[in-house]
Amino acid sequence: MSDATLTQAAQIDAPITAADGTPLRIALARATRRARIRAFLLVAPLLAFILVTFAFPIAQMLYRSVNNTAFSDNMPNLVSYFENNEISGVPGEAAFAALVADLKAAKKTRKVGVVGTRVNYEFPGTRSLFTSAGRKAKRLQPPYKEAVLKLHKHWGSVRLWTTMQRVAQPHNLAFYMAAIDMTYDDAGNLVSVSEDRRIYVPLFIRTLWLSALIAGLCLLLAFPVAHLLATLPLRYSNLLMIFVLLPFWTSLLVRTTSWIVLLQSQGVFNDILVLLGIVGEDGRVQLMYNQMGTIIAMVHILLPFMVLPLYSVMKTIPPSYMRAARSLGATPWTAFWRVYFPQTVPGIGAGILLVFILAVGYYITPALVGGSSGQLISNLIAFHMQQSLNWSLAAALGALLLFGVLVLYWLYDRIVGIDNMKLG
Amino acid sequence: MKIKVLLASTALAAGVAFAGAAQAGEVNVMSWGGAYTKSQVEAYHKPWMAKTGNKVNSIDSPNPATPIKAQVEAGNVSIDVADVEFSDAVRLCDEGLLETIDASKLPAAPDGTPAAKDFIEGGLTDCAVANIVWSTIYAYDSSKVKGSAPTTMADFFDTKKFPGKRGLRKTAKANLEMALIADGVATGDVYKLLGTDSGVARAFKKLDSIKKDVVWWEAGAQAPQLLADGEVVMTTAYNGRIFGAAVGEGKPFVVVWDGQILDFDLFVIPKGAPNKELAMDFVRFSTGTKALADQASWISYGPARKSSGAMVGLYKDGKTKMAPHMPTAAANLKTALVNNFEFWADHGTELNEKFNAWLAKN
Repeated sequence: MSDATLTQAAQIDAPITAADGTPLRIALARATRRARIRAFLLVAPLLAFILVTFAFPIAQMLYRSVNNTAFSDNMPNLVSYFENNEISGVPGEAAFAALVADLKAAKKTRKVGVVGTRVNYEFPGTRSLFTSAGRKAKRLQPPYKEAVLKLHKHWGSVRLWTTMQRVAQPHNLAFYMAAIDMTYDDAGNLVSVSEDRRIYVPLFIRTLWLSALIAGLCLLLAFPVAHLLATLPLRYSNLLMIFVLLPFWTSLLVRTTSWIVLLQSQGVFNDILVLLGIVGEDGRVQLMYNQMGTIIAMVHILLPFMVLPLYSVMKTIPPSYMRAARSLGATPWTAFWRVYFPQTVPGIGAGILLVFILAVGYYITPALVGGSSGQLISNLIAFHMQQSLNWSLAAALGALLLFGVLVLYWLYDRIVGIDNMKLG
Repeated sequence: MKIKVLLASTALAAGVAFAGAAQAGEVNVMSWGGAYTKSQVEAYHKPWMAKTGNKVNSIDSPNPATPIKAQVEAGNVSIDVADVEFSDAVRLCDEGLLETIDASKLPAAPDGTPAAKDFIEGGLTDCAVANIVWSTIYAYDSSKVKGSAPTTMADFFDTKKFPGKRGLRKTAKANLEMALIADGVATGDVYKLLGTDSGVARAFKKLDSIKKDVVWWEAGAQAPQLLADGEVVMTTAYNGRIFGAAVGEGKPFVVVWDGQILDFDLFVIPKGAPNKELAMDFVRFSTGTKALADQASWISYGPARKSSGAMVGLYKDGKTKMAPHMPTAAANLKTALVNNFEFWADHGTELNEKFNAWLAKN
């Protein structure tokens, strides 16, 4: 390479400068950065709002599903004993001495119940062991093993000690195991819970199946309505649109209770059947407080979420396409199936996804009209949040549900393509 | 603690709502709403406000025990006094979520009996003072039941003799006990039997016999509504709700006291309550002999003090005698079962799991 070409190359590499002499690249970056900051400041309030009220609480709740310090915070002596010793049977005096010391301290801080509740989740029926031992701990004299065993024979149970060792770990997956109907046996091995306590897995399956069914029924009902809305002259379609939107704007609770009035066995629908002589007074049909009630009410409530995306997509399909297909010799069915239907797929995808995901998390409607067979997993999550106060289990169930929906979303993206979706 | 931060943020909304109210001279009292809260407003809140010049803000909740845990863990307590069920009072107290209440500072009965002796046994715990005795009973609509009337718990489970739908509360508590009583178990043996696998299986087997005819309810107000709608011919219910519908609204509902399950409602003060001293004063006033007796003229729940019993008079309509409608009336107590809170604190988790699994199975 000659000197001349080198100089030339250096000249080309020399940065292009802006009017004020700063290199253009830097000036440009500065300008775009300013625009970016302005844009960020505009969305910052919303971002902060979402972080504080949505993302942060959800993350905290999810953290609860793997982290429960009820035992480890309040039983420090036993925790350090478990760290240094392997539990293979009922342990010796040292462990019982640690237990009594912890119980005494926990009694003072009124935390015995917290500890007992935590162990009770894993080993039902042990809560009062802790609360009653806590009340008596102050009076216990060494040798502690003998004294504690005298309080209740369950203190000599191997399962109790392996359970305590397990819950002494603040981070564990025990709540996820419980959420998929698994438990630990006496020796600490993972096993399925007994048949009569298996509930979460069947309910997850039922929730997914019912949500899919509801999404399918919504599609069947919404497709013709959306088509009508999209093709009718404006003054008729506006009126129809009001009929779709009016229930959409009405409170969920009002619509659900209206269904109770309509569907209950002494309700409007059954009264009409009896009046027409279709069924006798004793043969009133049970339309609610069962799965049927959940399906009917939820299909109605979620219908607008299917109609609206379908409508917005159908509105953009020029009617001339169908006419062209017909004029080229297609039968009405072929024209619909080969020309019209494929163009509505983005709306169908959006509607199905919306209805399905909303249905998976539905809670009030199944609680009110679902009876026992129409309950969904969300009702159990609510039960653990509000009644059993086992928030860690509720969090684990919620996390599994969230994870399941994300997997389905991912599958949807792989099969249909998320870019294909049109929400309105 | 991180958890505290989370809960602080979630409890913020509630906190904002109450912040203005929580100044000196005010207490926030949370109770169950409806006719029950009204009875407390009339018998406790109004007289206390008149006497002390302080203000009571009445707040309704489907279960006042639930927000306590969230508020205390968040360190943002806005409730000063809450009205909770026995098992919740014990559980919350054991978990250190409640202030202790010194029973020796409660007022004595008019005849000088100290409070500790005046309350019905079990009505005072470290953190809670009982105000009422309520019960889960079953009731039927006399216009819908043909022929002989049901009189025993066994009749409730007998759909051959008394055809028609049944209403039951969607929870394990009370239902399992009633099933065993209906199956012929003496009330004294119910909890011993429920502590065994075979006893639990027996209770579920009895429930199985009516499962297809059951309409489940959750909120207390639903039970009389199901009866009024004709959706069920009999339902379990809180006795005060049926009394309200039958006497207050003239519905043809009849209460069957056989196998009733008694429970307490108690006043508790959440740990860190903003107006703790006033709250204590409110609790002392409200659980006094006269206040408890007054409340009983508004709703048919028994006063938790023995000395109040004699002072219970007429219903607010001025003619209905309250005494026979009380769960604690001698005639109604014959086959009553007292809810064993310790049993439920211990076995509630397991039995509710079994119950939910049983429900979900078709």
